[in-house]
Amino acid sequence: MTTPNPATAALRDSTPIALGYFTVSLAFGLYCARLDVPTALAGLISFTNLSSSGQFAGLTIIGAGGSHLELAIGVALVNLRYVLMAISLGQRLGPQVGTAQRLLLAAGITDEIYALGMGRRQVGFADYAASMVLPIIGWTSGTIVGAAAGEVLPAPLVSACGVLLYAMFVAIVVPAAVGSRQVLVVALGAAGLSSLLASIGGLDVGWRIIIVTIVISAAAATWLPTRRADLDSGVVPS
Amino acid sequence: MSLWSAILLMAGVTYLLRALPMVALRRRITNPWLLDFLHYVPYAVLTAMTVPAMILATESPISGLVALGVAVLVALRRGSLLLVALCAAGAVLATEALINLI
Repeated sequence: MTTPNPATAALRDSTPIALGYFTVSLAFGLYCARLDVPTALAGLISFTNLSSSGQFAGLTIIGAGGSHLELAIGVALVNLRYVLMAISLGQRLGPQVGTAQRLLLAAGITDEIYALGMGRRQVGFADYAASMVLPIIGWTSGTIVGAAAGEVLPAPLVSACGVLLYAMFVAIVVPAAVGSRQVLVVALGAAGLSSLLASIGGLDVGWRIIIVTIVISAAAATWLPTRRADLDSGVVPS
Repeated sequence: MSLWSAILLMAGVTYLLRALPMVALRRRITNPWLLDFLHYVPYAVLTAMTVPAMILATESPISGLVALGVAVLVALRRGSLLLVALCAAGAVLATEALINLI
């Protein structure tokens, strides 16, 4: 064999994602410890969700004593972009990949694993499945380590660790806002409306996130349209 | 709401979002308004979750505000995810130590 097996190559290429997931999920594990979620359950949440902002929004709503409806809508909205990626990936796989295989691959649709798959010339069942394994292990184990550490760390350190995930969100939004005037307006608008609603009070945190997201995204889509290539066109994401 | 039912609900909702379009919806989305809406959602959501919660996540709103400022500055200088997070946490530790001194 002169060319490497696509599954082996996908497994190798997913290593940096797995390492990145491990460090980010440490912060999620610490957040779980702050809310007194048992370590094993924190690991279970990460294993079954594989979504940092979705899990974080979910835990925030649970911690605030929100309702099931609030939790379902909040998590669905935060993870809405996966719908687009799932449609896109589904089309790239082609008809030879059956329903059972698609149901398995669906569990591995995240921003990074999806982007890795779209970067390959051809996407099949074996290579996409292979690219899921290490990131899932990294994401789950990092959460467990973080949750266990959160139970033994001294209070000032836990207070400092409380900003880790938020800081990571800042690190995602700021570079995008620098590169796009529309994203900058969206971020400033969301920060303003969120602060305004929080200062008025009387609204559960989950509903506040849901309202801000829908209002700001809809307003931006209406008045600040982009001319970007759509996700379905098979263009390799940069 | 029990923790177990919440965990099942989160897992179910997240999985359905990924699985249903893979098996049921094979038509591509072309509506530009919907594409833009979906494009903006992550940034609106992440910002709404961060502001003002980050400022209120620490023992004093001052240290939270300093952490937010430091995170934005390091992110502007293209710091990695990990570097931004560590600088923000360090800013909290330093600010709270300073507050306790005064």
